[in-house]
Amino acid sequence: MAHKKRPVSPHLQVYKWGLHMALSTFQRLTGLFLGLGTVFIAWWLIAIAMGPDAYQQVQVCMSSWIGRLVLFAFTFSLMLHMCNGIRHLFWDAGIGFDLQVTARANYIVIISAVTLTLLAWVVAYGLV
Amino acid sequence: MAEFRLPANSRFKKGKHWKSAEGAANVRRFNVYRWNEDDGANPRIDTYDVDMDKCGPMVLDAIIKIKNEIDPTLTFRRSCREGVCGSCAMNIDGTNTLACTKAVSDVKGDVNIFPLPHMDVVKDLVPDMTHFYAQYASIKPWMQTETPVPSGKERLQSRDDRAKLDGLYECILCACCSTSCPSYWWNSDRYLGPAILLQAYRWLIDSRDEATGDRLDDLEDPFRLYRCHTIMNCANTCPKGLNPANAIAEVKKMLVTRQG
Repeated sequence: MAHKKRPVSPHLQVYKWGLHMALSTFQRLTGLFLGLGTVFIAWWLIAIAMGPDAYQQVQVCMSSWIGRLVLFAFTFSLMLHMCNGIRHLFWDAGIGFDLQVTARANYIVIISAVTLTLLAWVVAYGLV
Repeated sequence: MAEFRLPANSRFKKGKHWKSAEGAANVRRFNVYRWNEDDGANPRIDTYDVDMDKCGPMVLDAIIKIKNEIDPTLTFRRSCREGVCGSCAMNIDGTNTLACTKAVSDVKGDVNIFPLPHMDVVKDLVPDMTHFYAQYASIKPWMQTETPVPSGKERLQSRDDRAKLDGLYECILCACCSTSCPSYWWNSDRYLGPAILLQAYRWLIDSRDEATGDRLDDLEDPFRLYRCHTIMNCANTCPKGLNPANAIAEVKKMLVTRQG
């Protein structure tokens, strides 16, 4: 009898997602996005060094609706990564592993990230 | 490298539907993963309708009833039926747990049953545990000592030292936590996974064990220990209510603090 290679049992296809799993995934994704975002920061800084014309070009790109969208996503990524990162510092210290605490902390992280993002944009638009 | 999709031979399709006898009032539907080597076919999901008025309350009761009365080819592991042996660990309703302690009434809608995730399947709900057990053996899960045993006595432990083993000794090595961990899915070749690391910690903090240094040396590795990214699936899924993520964090702390 020929031995057929054994199948791998389903994993992502069947595993039920929880907020804790989603936040961990987002920690990766936002980290990646922030890494890519530093290219834009570099572009912005180089443009400043190159003079008013180059800087004007960047300003036009960044203030287009798509530019603003990317900047908004970048801000949210930064805030989520930071808030969840702080929670990770607590975990590194051995604090906050109780399941009820982690469940509550999930919401605290998300609400803080959303609030800080909105606050940053309200300030940026000079609304306060 | 993480492979998110299932390989071609592992993708499952719809299988047979075994309808219940006429007149059954309280019917629950069980979708169960099936695969056996002899078919030469891909895995399939067979559906069984079970009359819950003539069945015990737990998922294990239901699959035993299926095997006894509907389809004797269904294969799964079970032994103690009371949550102490760990044999019937499987993925039920999207999370890993023991079929014997999971009530059917706790599941809404169809009861979906798969083997423990990201494992090689031997048959149906039976995963190959060889690698998991080899990893367990690799942490030397026994007491290691250098000093001689006090003559005519056991190695005694204070009440406080004994209390440090609470939340650890209860682990039955069912592998629910390890196979719930995405990090273990992608790196089980080198990452020890939550169950084995919890066991490692169980020996690290045992006041009678005298190999703490060697044990920590063995764990200080980017993969064996540090693939844990505190995803927390392990603690959320443990059918015994233990917290492997916390144990792993304590191991990481021990490694930092021993540097002085």
